[in-house]
Amino acid sequence: MRSSLWGPQKRYLWFWVFTGPFVVGLAVFAYIPLLWSIALSFFDAHNTVTPTHFVGLSNYASMLTDPAFTSSLATFAAFTLFIVPTTFALSLALALMVNRLRFARAFFRSVFFLPTACSYVVASVIWKMSVFNGVRFGLANTVLRWFGADPVAWLSTTHPPWYWLVIITVRLWLQAGFYMVLFLAGLQRIPRALYEAAAVDGARPGWQVLRHITLPQLRATSVAVVLLLVINAFQAFDEFYNLLSTARGYPPYARPPLVYLYYVALGQGQDLGLGSAGAVVLALIIVAVTVVQARWFGLGRREA
Amino acid sequence: MTHPDHRLSRRQLLALGGSVALSGALAGCGSNTGRGGGGAGGDGPALSQWYHQYGEAGTEQAVKRYAAAYTKATVSVEWRPGDYDQQTAAALLTDSGPDVFEVNGPTLDQIQGGQVVDLTDRIAPVRSDFNPAVLAPKTYQGRVYGIPQVIDTQLLYYRKSLLAKAGVQPPQTLDELVDAAGRLTTKDVKGLFLGNDGGAGVLGGTPLFAAGLELVTDSGTVGFDDPAAAATLGKLHTLYADKSLLLGAPADWSDPSAFTEGLAAMQWTGLWAMPQIKQAVGDDFGVLPFPKDGPAGRPAVPVGAYASAVNARSRHIDAAKAYVQWLWVDRTDYQEDFALSYGFHIPARISLAKKAAKLRSGPAADVVSFTTDCGHANPLLWTPASQTALQDALTRVIQNGADPSAQLKAAAGVVTSELRRVQKKS
Repeated sequence: MRSSLWGPQKRYLWFWVFTGPFVVGLAVFAYIPLLWSIALSFFDAHNTVTPTHFVGLSNYASMLTDPAFTSSLATFAAFTLFIVPTTFALSLALALMVNRLRFARAFFRSVFFLPTACSYVVASVIWKMSVFNGVRFGLANTVLRWFGADPVAWLSTTHPPWYWLVIITVRLWLQAGFYMVLFLAGLQRIPRALYEAAAVDGARPGWQVLRHITLPQLRATSVAVVLLLVINAFQAFDEFYNLLSTARGYPPYARPPLVYLYYVALGQGQDLGLGSAGAVVLALIIVAVTVVQARWFGLGRREA
Repeated sequence: MTHPDHRLSRRQLLALGGSVALSGALAGCGSNTGRGGGGAGGDGPALSQWYHQYGEAGTEQAVKRYAAAYTKATVSVEWRPGDYDQQTAAALLTDSGPDVFEVNGPTLDQIQGGQVVDLTDRIAPVRSDFNPAVLAPKTYQGRVYGIPQVIDTQLLYYRKSLLAKAGVQPPQTLDELVDAAGRLTTKDVKGLFLGNDGGAGVLGGTPLFAAGLELVTDSGTVGFDDPAAAATLGKLHTLYADKSLLLGAPADWSDPSAFTEGLAAMQWTGLWAMPQIKQAVGDDFGVLPFPKDGPAGRPAVPVGAYASAVNARSRHIDAAKAYVQWLWVDRTDYQEDFALSYGFHIPARISLAKKAAKLRSGPAADVVSFTTDCGHANPLLWTPASQTALQDALTRVIQNGADPSAQLKAAAGVVTSELRRVQKKS
């Protein structure tokens, strides 16, 4: 009786023993908060997570007509268009170079991968305090001084917007190594025979081989990398927050949607309904972009 | 035939071990609620009390000493580094928050949401002894929801020797400040440090007060939608455009190191920095309020106070109220020790501020008179959303040179709807 309830060799029991904790964890820490947040977005939830005043779509209306939120969405669409190709090209170039090395390959692989192990917070603080601080003894300003230039307040100058230089360099430094490893894994799966066949057919090494053998073979990896990069760009938070926030808030430029929502919904002003509405809008945008991309790249279609 | 059984039992053993370890880990997570334990004396219910992390050495030991001296409850103090306002705001939504906590508020939404307890009767006997400027923002419809602990303020510090060398008098108006900052700026030293964002964050409403305006009028409407405000903000942009401002310093405005290390000749920072400045430059510094601007102008300093509040979800509300009254109303000796022995704050009680020897001479005495004569606190109706709107406008004006009157108009729109929202509820 008992054994049939638990399946042959108690398989059902063991299934739940092994998957149960993760299912519970996923439900408690992902699905319940997600659904709760969607519910909150339809309520006036000031300083409460169990609101009673239903407001319909008015949180969505005020979020979508809030120029601060819409401009942060626009900024981050532009940011995505820039940072995704840049990170993609840089990590692919690193992977191709490291892959061609005949010696010290493991060394260079580790060197480029190491920044991934560095915390975003620590890297941002180093960038902000040592490399790009605005006074004369910052690293960047020391270099400028050698050439007789005046120090630049990197993170406080809006004309020209030097703060983007700081943000983009720290992001590239942190992320390129990780995607390089993904590309390296992809490169190593390309059969040698293809390159030999190409050589026999008279393809010149270099651009021609890259264009017709390497890149098509890296397709699956590239699609995954682009998807991850896009999601990462829209979820930008850590380095922006740590580079640009002050004790009194965050400047109205280079403000990622999540940072804006953080200040709207979480600080002392706990407007959880409005914050949830913004989070749902952001999630829908990420879903839409991902679906379009997946369609476009043919993700999930049978490999040819 | 015994073989499979044997294997299964080994698995069972593993599963058992795993579940024991898991429950141990969960118990570990659950035990750190700040209730009970924690080396405090006394009988009665266990209360937890939260403080944000003060930078000054000895403060943590002092508040733990006060708590241990209380006999009617066992109070355990939690000293919380990090983003304190967000931590308390989140904890107040749950059942595991503190019983007693200090708060840079409480905010109007916290009061209207019933998250903090009315303390009016606890403060009543000595209500008039509290500095009215800082008690007012803790008061909603005549009821007091937080007991001010100490007053903090911010002011302009200047290096006397640098001003003398440049032939500059301490600035009494905003125009003089702009001029002085320009003349004090050299290749290596900037004239003025208002924070790494050029002043938008730390100044907040102060320039508007100095122009003779208010954030919120007495009748509950926007107080800064005025041409005088636009003129004042325009001058702040001049400071930025003249390159007289120090920007991108390693430590922001709240830390005096830019001033003490000679990166700037003048700095806007807190009263708390005065001991450090005194130690570094001796008597070579003076203090000023934010200088007045325009025909209706008057000098201004911001004042604020952390207050002690009681969580409405506390399981021992009466015990918590009694403890708050004991510490922040009855025990004036502890209040004085807390304000003056570690960092440098002004006691929230007028009688204590008058008694304090440290506040009777030199720059400290000047600061006490600034807070009484020209101190402005952010009104209770001034919500975080309003603050963000004003700060965005200030940033755009100062750093981008945006048109001040258009930016102020946009901010005033947000503030108006916020004021409407919070006054509708009352």
